[in-house]
Amino acid sequence: MQRYYFDHNATTPVLPEVLAAMAPVLTEVYGNPSSIHYYGQMARQKLDESRRTVAKFLGATPDEIVFTSGGTEGDNLAIFGVARGAHAVITTAEHSAVLGASGQLSSMTKVPVDGRGLVDPEDIRRAIRPDTKIISVMHVNNELGAIQPLAEIAKITREAGVLFHSDGVQAAGKVAIDVAALGVDLYTISGHKFYAPKGCGALYVRKGVDLRPLQHGGHHERDRRAGTENVAGAVALACAAQIWMDDHEIETRRVSALRDRLERAILDRVPGTHVNGAGAPRTPNVTNIRFDGIDSEPLMIALDLRGFAVSSGSACLSGASEPSHVLTAIGLTKEQGRASVRFSLGRSNDQAQVDALIEALIESVNALRRVAPAYA
Amino acid sequence: MPERTTAVAMSGGVDSSVVAGLLQRRGDKLVGLTMQLWNQRRLPELATSGPTGRCCSIDDVYDARHVAQHLGIPYYVVNFEQRFEEQVVKPFIDEYLAGRTPIPCTLCNNFIKFDQFLEMAAGVGAERIATGHYAQLRWNPDNGRWEMLRSVDRTKDQTYFLCGLKQDQLARTEFPLGGFEKSQVREFARELGIPTAAKPDSQEICFVPNGDYAAFIDSYFREQGLSPTETQGELVTTDGHVVGEHAGVHHFTVGQRRGLKLAVGEPLYVISTEPATRRVVVGRGEELLRGSMHVKDVNWISIASPAEPTRAEVRIRNKHSAAGATIFPTGDPTRVEVRFDEPQRAVTPGQSAVFYSGELVLGGGWID
Repeated sequence: MQRYYFDHNATTPVLPEVLAAMAPVLTEVYGNPSSIHYYGQMARQKLDESRRTVAKFLGATPDEIVFTSGGTEGDNLAIFGVARGAHAVITTAEHSAVLGASGQLSSMTKVPVDGRGLVDPEDIRRAIRPDTKIISVMHVNNELGAIQPLAEIAKITREAGVLFHSDGVQAAGKVAIDVAALGVDLYTISGHKFYAPKGCGALYVRKGVDLRPLQHGGHHERDRRAGTENVAGAVALACAAQIWMDDHEIETRRVSALRDRLERAILDRVPGTHVNGAGAPRTPNVTNIRFDGIDSEPLMIALDLRGFAVSSGSACLSGASEPSHVLTAIGLTKEQGRASVRFSLGRSNDQAQVDALIEALIESVNALRRVAPAYA
Repeated sequence: MPERTTAVAMSGGVDSSVVAGLLQRRGDKLVGLTMQLWNQRRLPELATSGPTGRCCSIDDVYDARHVAQHLGIPYYVVNFEQRFEEQVVKPFIDEYLAGRTPIPCTLCNNFIKFDQFLEMAAGVGAERIATGHYAQLRWNPDNGRWEMLRSVDRTKDQTYFLCGLKQDQLARTEFPLGGFEKSQVREFARELGIPTAAKPDSQEICFVPNGDYAAFIDSYFREQGLSPTETQGELVTTDGHVVGEHAGVHHFTVGQRRGLKLAVGEPLYVISTEPATRRVVVGRGEELLRGSMHVKDVNWISIASPAEPTRAEVRIRNKHSAAGATIFPTGDPTRVEVRFDEPQRAVTPGQSAVFYSGELVLGGGWID
């Protein structure tokens, strides 16, 4: 069976160029970057080069980049690194890594988002307390693709003298990132969301921010993250970042046209469909659609059995799907949340795939509405 | 999907794993589905470490997925938590509080497995479902009905819990294990290389640890912010004497002797529970005997609803050996009166009454 992947916000395939860049690092440049000999120096060179590329990708300087294992580590390192024992202000639409880490601080305030998934910066201002040590607002929402007004929020955090972190995991590889223009102090990215492998990522730490490490040991990453560096992962992350810098104008136009084609076709040809979070500025690759009276769980499975991978929410402990908290956060009911499907496109998709998805989707939705006529 | 597909309800146990294996060997196109029914992280005070009867644990899902991977069939966990709580757990608790002794397995079969699960299967493109239940189905062209028969392995027979199944449900259902002994099923499991072949059978009510339903109800009440003390009351004899107090009507079921904590000479049994007055009525053993009962919400399976009195063997509990009786129609087609040949002990409202004719399951309903 021909299979097509429409879940690029969950993870992405490693691009051949990325694999080609990292594979020889594993087998040939295997030295420990901390070693003083030739092998160590070769590895150190790869690591330093990668750090310069990732810094450029984010609009930062190399010393502001801490390589991590990915998004969850980056978020945890940022939050515990500057706000342990203090108060955090976050939004209700944050990723579970930010929600979970902030929940371990002495207290946190969750600021609501509106029906488009956007936070009102003034709500952030009002939530700040004397003991607030961090404000964490995601750059791009994973479910909706909504782009938060980070620069406006940054003005407020700067006035208040509170550090500003943003989870940029869903932004990297989809929108341009300039940490200086965004005004953030800390910024998390993860490699596997933009064509590098799982297990590599980076945290931007603005010069002057005093970050306490999460894990203790050697003096790696300027005492901010102990542990022998994942050199191949850093190389892969840098390679993926370079590919984005090289071709993002073309790729953004291409993916955006595919997404619009899919969204238009669904809205035009499937009755009772709505775009969740419509009206927000959003990334070009994602659309989150609500199908009136449809349970997205069997729809997702039916599509998977036809060879189309989409997302119907987040997986709970057992692997069953449950509606994403993001959809509740934008004011959807539980039923509306259960009726929603996220399609996230990427470099692996082309127009023929999108057209095939549209046809399969129409058939599956019609079949579902036939077997559950009570919902129709 | 172009070909006809069967959805196998996979619990992670040996039986449903063998079903998947047997159907695959037969060449069916399959999809394995595990129903996530209950969040085991709820009611943490009930947590048990033992292997006894905890459904939907991560271990069971792991096992089911392992089996599906072994067989190479597509596999998904589907979220039924909300439906299960609404259709099974809450009615189960309500019945107890109403002084009856419910059977959640029958509720689950009626409203989850052979209703919403069938719908889920159809939704993913599977026209039919197969489960590991021990029961047999066959088409009778003479009366145009799907008939249900007891399983070949008499100790495993689950027809008592399947008495609510309707013809349209049976038409889309397969019980591949009904014709086999459990020992054969375990043999199949080994033959098919099922990774869980040696797993022990599950016991009791799946979501209630150690069969302690009273503790479950108390914990559920606390979680919901209700007070279990609201069902405490008096123990009263059949002739009206108050002989003690009890911790809640849901701790008692008709025929129960243990846990009464009474210092009375002769053994006493629970004769009935009266939620309105929160009284539990106790009496002597012979006071438990009943010559007849009414059965409501009757569903006829192997025969159409009879207009005349019908002879049958009737089971009033899962472990009850069927008793000879005559079933009398009433003015209401969903209700019958059952008159036993010999009075029966502990006819318990809330339990199922299932009517048999030899191996054939005629139908059944709820003891009123």
